[in-house]
Amino acid sequence: MTTTTLIWLIPLPPVLAFFLIVLFTNRSKWLSHTIAVGAALLSWLGSMIVFVRALGVEHLGEEPFESSINWLPTGDTWFRVGVLVDPLTAAVLFFVAWTVLMIFLYSVGYHNFGQPEGDHDHKGLSPHGATVDEHGHKHVVPSVEPMYSRFFAFIGLFAFGMYTLVVSDNLLTLFVGWEIMGLCSYLLIGFWYAKPSARDAAIKAFMTTRVGDVFMLLGIAYLYYATGTLSFRQIFTEQVLHTLATVPSGFLGFSAAGLIGLLLFIGTIGKSAQFPLHVWLPDAMEGPTPVSAMIHAATMVSAGVYAVIRMFPLISLDEKTMAIVAFIGAFTAIFAATIAVAQNDIKRVLAYSTISQLGFMIAALGMHAYIAAVFHLITHAFFKALLFLGSGSVIHGMEHGVLHTGNHHVDPQDMFNMGGLRKKMPITFWTFLIGGFALSGFPLVTAGFWSKDEIFADAFANGYIVIFITLALAAFLTAFYTMRQITLTFLGEPRTDEAEHAQETPWTMTTPLVILAVFAIGYGWVGIPEDFMGLHLQPNWFHEFVGGTLAEHPETIAFNWIPLLTSLVVALGGLYLGWLTYRNVNSAAEDRLQIPLLKNKYYFDEAYDFLFVKPATWFAEIFVYQWMDKGLIDGILHIFGPATQGLGSVIRNYFDVPVINRFFGDGSADVTYGVGARLRAIQTGRIQQYLMFALVIFIVIGAALYFFLRA
Amino acid sequence: MNFITEHLLFLILFTPALAAVIMLFLPNGENRLFRWFAFGVSFIPLALSLVVWFDFRAAQPGFQFQESYTWYEAIGSSLHLGVDGLSLSMVLLTTLLTPLALLASFGINEKVKAYMMLFLFLETGMLGVFMALDLLIFFVFWEVGLVPMYFLINQWGSANRNYASLKFMIYTMGGSLGLLLAVQLLGVLFGTFDLVTLYERWNALGASDTLLGMSAGTVKTIAFWAFVIAFAVKVPLWPFHTWLPDAHTEAPTAGSMILAGVLLKLGAYGFLRLILPLYPVEAKYFAGALAFLATAAIVFGAFASYAQTDFKRLVAYSSVNHMGFVVLGIAAAAFAAGTTDATLALNGAILQMFNHGLSAAGMFFLVGVIYERTHTRNLEEFGGLFPLVPVYGGILIFTSMASLGLPGLNGFISEFLVVRGSYPILTAYTAISMLGLLFTGAYILKGIKKVLHGPMNEHWAHGEHKLTEISTREILVMAPLMVLILWIGIYPAWILDVINKAVVMLF
Amino acid sequence: MNFPVLSIITFTPIVAAIIMLLLPAQRKNETRAVALAAAIFALILSFWVYFNYDRVAGGYQFVETYNWLPALGIALKFGVDGMSTPLVLLTGVVMFTGVLISWGDDDKHVMAGIQDRPREFFAFLFILASGVFGVFVSLDLFMLFFFYEIAVFPMYLLIAIWGWVVTREYAAMKLTLYLFMGSVVSLVGVIVMYWVAGQNTGVYTFDMLQMENAGFSQTFQNVWFLPVFLGFAVLGGIWPFHNWSPDGHVAAPTAVSMFHAGVLMKLGAFAALRVGIMLLPEGAKYWSWLIMLFAGVAVVYGAYIAFVQKDLKYMIGFSSVSHMGLVMLGFSTLNRAGLTGAGVQMFSHGVMTALFFAITGMIYDRSHTRQIPELGGMSKLMPFAAIGFIIGGLVSMGMPGFSGFVAEFPIFMGVWGAQWLVAVIASISIIITAAYIMRNIRQVFFGDVPEKLEGHVGDVTVLDKVAITTLCLFMIAIGLFPAFMVPMVQTGVENILRLLGGA
Repeated sequence: MTTTTLIWLIPLPPVLAFFLIVLFTNRSKWLSHTIAVGAALLSWLGSMIVFVRALGVEHLGEEPFESSINWLPTGDTWFRVGVLVDPLTAAVLFFVAWTVLMIFLYSVGYHNFGQPEGDHDHKGLSPHGATVDEHGHKHVVPSVEPMYSRFFAFIGLFAFGMYTLVVSDNLLTLFVGWEIMGLCSYLLIGFWYAKPSARDAAIKAFMTTRVGDVFMLLGIAYLYYATGTLSFRQIFTEQVLHTLATVPSGFLGFSAAGLIGLLLFIGTIGKSAQFPLHVWLPDAMEGPTPVSAMIHAATMVSAGVYAVIRMFPLISLDEKTMAIVAFIGAFTAIFAATIAVAQNDIKRVLAYSTISQLGFMIAALGMHAYIAAVFHLITHAFFKALLFLGSGSVIHGMEHGVLHTGNHHVDPQDMFNMGGLRKKMPITFWTFLIGGFALSGFPLVTAGFWSKDEIFADAFANGYIVIFITLALAAFLTAFYTMRQITLTFLGEPRTDEAEHAQETPWTMTTPLVILAVFAIGYGWVGIPEDFMGLHLQPNWFHEFVGGTLAEHPETIAFNWIPLLTSLVVALGGLYLGWLTYRNVNSAAEDRLQIPLLKNKYYFDEAYDFLFVKPATWFAEIFVYQWMDKGLIDGILHIFGPATQGLGSVIRNYFDVPVINRFFGDGSADVTYGVGARLRAIQTGRIQQYLMFALVIFIVIGAALYFFLRA
Repeated sequence: MNFITEHLLFLILFTPALAAVIMLFLPNGENRLFRWFAFGVSFIPLALSLVVWFDFRAAQPGFQFQESYTWYEAIGSSLHLGVDGLSLSMVLLTTLLTPLALLASFGINEKVKAYMMLFLFLETGMLGVFMALDLLIFFVFWEVGLVPMYFLINQWGSANRNYASLKFMIYTMGGSLGLLLAVQLLGVLFGTFDLVTLYERWNALGASDTLLGMSAGTVKTIAFWAFVIAFAVKVPLWPFHTWLPDAHTEAPTAGSMILAGVLLKLGAYGFLRLILPLYPVEAKYFAGALAFLATAAIVFGAFASYAQTDFKRLVAYSSVNHMGFVVLGIAAAAFAAGTTDATLALNGAILQMFNHGLSAAGMFFLVGVIYERTHTRNLEEFGGLFPLVPVYGGILIFTSMASLGLPGLNGFISEFLVVRGSYPILTAYTAISMLGLLFTGAYILKGIKKVLHGPMNEHWAHGEHKLTEISTREILVMAPLMVLILWIGIYPAWILDVINKAVVMLF
Repeated sequence: MNFPVLSIITFTPIVAAIIMLLLPAQRKNETRAVALAAAIFALILSFWVYFNYDRVAGGYQFVETYNWLPALGIALKFGVDGMSTPLVLLTGVVMFTGVLISWGDDDKHVMAGIQDRPREFFAFLFILASGVFGVFVSLDLFMLFFFYEIAVFPMYLLIAIWGWVVTREYAAMKLTLYLFMGSVVSLVGVIVMYWVAGQNTGVYTFDMLQMENAGFSQTFQNVWFLPVFLGFAVLGGIWPFHNWSPDGHVAAPTAVSMFHAGVLMKLGAFAALRVGIMLLPEGAKYWSWLIMLFAGVAVVYGAYIAFVQKDLKYMIGFSSVSHMGLVMLGFSTLNRAGLTGAGVQMFSHGVMTALFFAITGMIYDRSHTRQIPELGGMSKLMPFAAIGFIIGGLVSMGMPGFSGFVAEFPIFMGVWGAQWLVAVIASISIIITAAYIMRNIRQVFFGDVPEKLEGHVGDVTVLDKVAITTLCLFMIAIGLFPAFMVPMVQTGVENILRLLGGA
């Protein structure tokens, strides 16, 4: 099978799985997850083959795998859509395939496949456990997710969206995948729709991202109009880019490229939860954990960054835009990190750390650190997926404990209810540790170190000192809260019975953890700078490979001690400080960093509610509907009826009857009414008199005739 | 056989009416017979229009399948029928939606005979507008369509039907008054109503020539607005839209399906078939005003829809919002006729007409499904129905997403094309209309949230209120719509190609 | 000289009337039978005329001439052209349906039709009918006038005796006064025309075909056009001389209302056209603006007043004023489209308003009220009548597909050709008409039946259904196939245009 055909096929299995499950197999849990995981496996296989073949190609950047078909007729021409695999795509495809597969597998265990039906579970709520009777004494075990099949259908569609986005060769189909993921995140965050919080979180996520999307759509329209195409390969050509860079957009002095870039970037702000559209992501934790991993690590949020990376040649044309990008990125990085410090929900911490890490990538892009951004995107995807799945595993273990004690008031996600889990859940612990260290950038061994270090190096080398310092601080905080998390969760002694009775999770969940852990460490090595610390290792493969995507290959930056030392210090310092601070903190009360401002995420939700949501609702319900439609417009319409009525009556009562009728009618009638009175005698029905009556007329006529004829 | 192939359009147009007349003589009280008869008959136009669709040569300019019959020689009007890519897609939409609407009406139990007859007459009325190549015939069918719809709303509607039906009737007739006068004027000027002739001769009039003691320019401008208002009421364009929520809300389910699915398209079709060709100059000159109204419709429509607590009203207002995009595209095209942008905008507008026909009909039907069971449309009384009716829920979400314009489904393609086409021409308006697009999301999600999501609704869960799952018949109504929605979303070329060729040749 | 169909048509009713008067009063059913037979006979003949009229040749056909008073140049000269043939048919139709719906029934449960002295009733009705036929077919001015009076005077008795007790005397008197005044005015004009024509040509004759070429001077025409035209037009209910007509309608028994609105008003319009416009074309041109003004006012004015009426018959009465205004409007344009439209409108309105009054009568006979607010849900009790009324309503609001549209559209086109502003103003009436028609249909026929009407209101009789169907068929036929009537009217119009100097 030719590579291009293969690429066309990659996204299909998951979507087929979606339809199969929805239409046919949704009754059978086993069939459903088999189909879904099988589909994921197929896509994975396809991706791997494509990846390997891609490696085999010299100058993949110049002649990538591509193929396209006519899709939309546009006047005399056609809008073509197709697939494209260049180094960037290949690299992204690699991690997407892996993480997606892992997450599919993990979901089987997470949703308690093989466990009994819950006692009083019903659709729309997470399972509450089932009572089983084992040799004599009853006890409660986790129960299977009531909407098990539906979950796999949804993530299937989600995977389809992601693959479509990655392999598409043009901005429109990219946007299609983008939005399909948006829908799925809506469906999945609101998966337990019976929980009002989940329901609202879903809407919040969809609407917030949609704010970005409409701008992105505008950007696409503008780009399409300006270049006549949306295909990456056709846009990223010398003269097209040149014209875009030179043509002014007429908006605040941006060049066309600048404005388009900005509009597209706003889309990313929404999708990748950058400031100020970050508010949806933490709430998105309402969804089942694999979803969090999918959405907030591997795929959707990465998609946002991916889009910017994709359009980098365009966006990087206008320094104004780049400045904005860099600023947003850096600010988000530090801003989110500070919030993460004060969160107690194990998943929310990760959520904010995700926002912050994405900030790193965006900032990197803003500093033209293309490779570094891609590199961090990929490593982050691996270790953050690992962390989310790990946290899911932890929660799962805790839930087990909760079921055991039967005390449902204990929040299995609150880190202060945990502690000492390393003994209960060893695999989870070690993998989580690896992930955590990777996130903090623990030197040399972890992937996170290499990618982050590259960002620092770029920032420093290109003289973005402010950003450099900001990111350094963010990195320090990252290490700090990561260690806080690890300490509170795994180290020390169990702080509750639930933690006491937590239990390691099944193989379907731990296997993905292990595999991802491998990548969380190993993937870093593909990107080790060539002359790291003067010792000449293997050439920087990643830089070479991905760099090929761009027209002119970005040159590697010379080695410098300062960024290296900085990353060492912030990573180790943060970790150590985190451990130091939290090793004997036993409750939220003792945590000195529970600052309300941070705990309440700088009151963004409240502010937005006050600034946007409430006014919009008022505008809709009161102004537009009540005042304008019902009041003004209908008010005017309703005048017509009475007006006609009124005019009619006026004509009749004040003109027709008194004037016309009086004058022409009754007036003359009165004169001759006497006649009428006498004529009344006639009305007896005797024919002769009637004829007499007629005769009168003829006499009149005759007389007249006679008079005239005489002359 | 030969007869059929030579009179395809004529047959498509009049089979429903003929069937209605035949029904008149069917024995009373045979409700099943009436339903199945009407339903069965409605497949004849569908089949024939499919024949037309496949015999249609998209690449060939001008109107095809033309037929002409003398009608009113005295004033130079003849029953001149014909289709091009633009009207054909609308004809197909009509003949497609009618059987579905009839199938959806099997729940009607009172005065079934009259109901079905009116529906068939309605179909003839709508088809006539799309097929007419004679201005007077266009107007005739334009007005005739009102009567059955009026009685459908007035006789089978819900609580506030009298107000709604009268508002619908009088508003539309009032709107068409100017059109009527303008039509008469054209008739007087040229002694013929044949569209093709009128296109040439009306445009041949320079602004300098004098008509009725005024400069032709002035007359044209006035006539232009007369046309615009007539169609704007029908589309409906803000601020002429307030009849729509009432009519839609009170109409019986199938009535709303057709009302939203086809009747609104008559207005937009009027813009395309009459205003753009007859008033290129004026249209260009007033494109800004049109765009303003369109944008207002998009934005205010979305907001008003968000404000609703009545499920059906919410959907009704969504029509205002969606049809706004049609007019936006038309305005753009009017402003920059001939350019690629204009072509794209028109492609979008026309496809949007078709798409909205599918999704709106679907949405109204789904509202009807739940209304039939619960006898309420109040969103506050719903919520948490998803566990009770999962299949219905799935279908509802699917259709809602189509209406929301989710990529991968039909709505997105058309809206994207409109936005793409209008952006360079009417940048500001397009940008503002994005606000409408945003709130489309808001009200759609509100609808889903208020109906399906939330803690399971005990009130509808058991007892005599127990909510029953969507029936097979009802699924059969939805299935064709959903298939088309998806099909157009994934591979729009099959229909867009026809539209595109027509647009390129027309404008 | 082929067989004298026109005179037969014209005298059939009066003969029938005499026969009926000879029958003993209590033989009601025989009387009715005779009436029906005569009506059918007349109808068939008028159909025969209608379909045998040679539309290609045009002009006056089936001409018959009998000397009557040669000394004065008065002859019994009959003949029809494209304008009058439809009206003859109309009269036949209205006469037929009028008999059907006033058939009556001695069974007291069904209070329908005419119970009281049907013999005299039908006799007078038929005398009236003869008069109407006569006017439409006369080519002799004197005869025209003669029949005109014959048509008018039974109205007084029909209303005063069989009418609605409350207002019949007042209405009858009012009507008579109006019409006599009108006819006296026009009579004077007619005689002056006769005299002057005689002086101009040396031949004293009432033969209109000759008077057409009498070469009346411009000034003469300017002076005499108005009296002649308006004198006749009063019977056509022209504003501001319309007031007798709604009152007359309300007071008159059903069949008489049908004749009155359906035919008599056409009589006025027709006479005004034939004598006024055709004999005094220059005068017509000179005064057309005034006629147009009156007509234009009537159209809107009538609609507005009809909008506020609570009494069904008043509503129809004023809508007739509005619709007859359209006829006059068509005349006043003096161009092809306008006149054609007016010709068709005369027929269309005749059938439509006859239908309206017929059904109103049916409702009134059964419910004993015409007050719209007191009615409701009639479609449940008399579905057939409901359908008929709805169709009539659609015609009256000028809904395409029905005769009303076919008639009104060319009238408006004609007005555009003459004075566009009037067209714009007059068009308001369309929407108002639609409004009150729709509103009243809903109020009267739908909704719930008021309990005071429960029980004693039954469905319409078979004869009623036949009548309704007949009338509806015409409205639909013309609506769908204008060719059924328009080309014939056009031949008449050509003639008029010739007289107007090919305007």
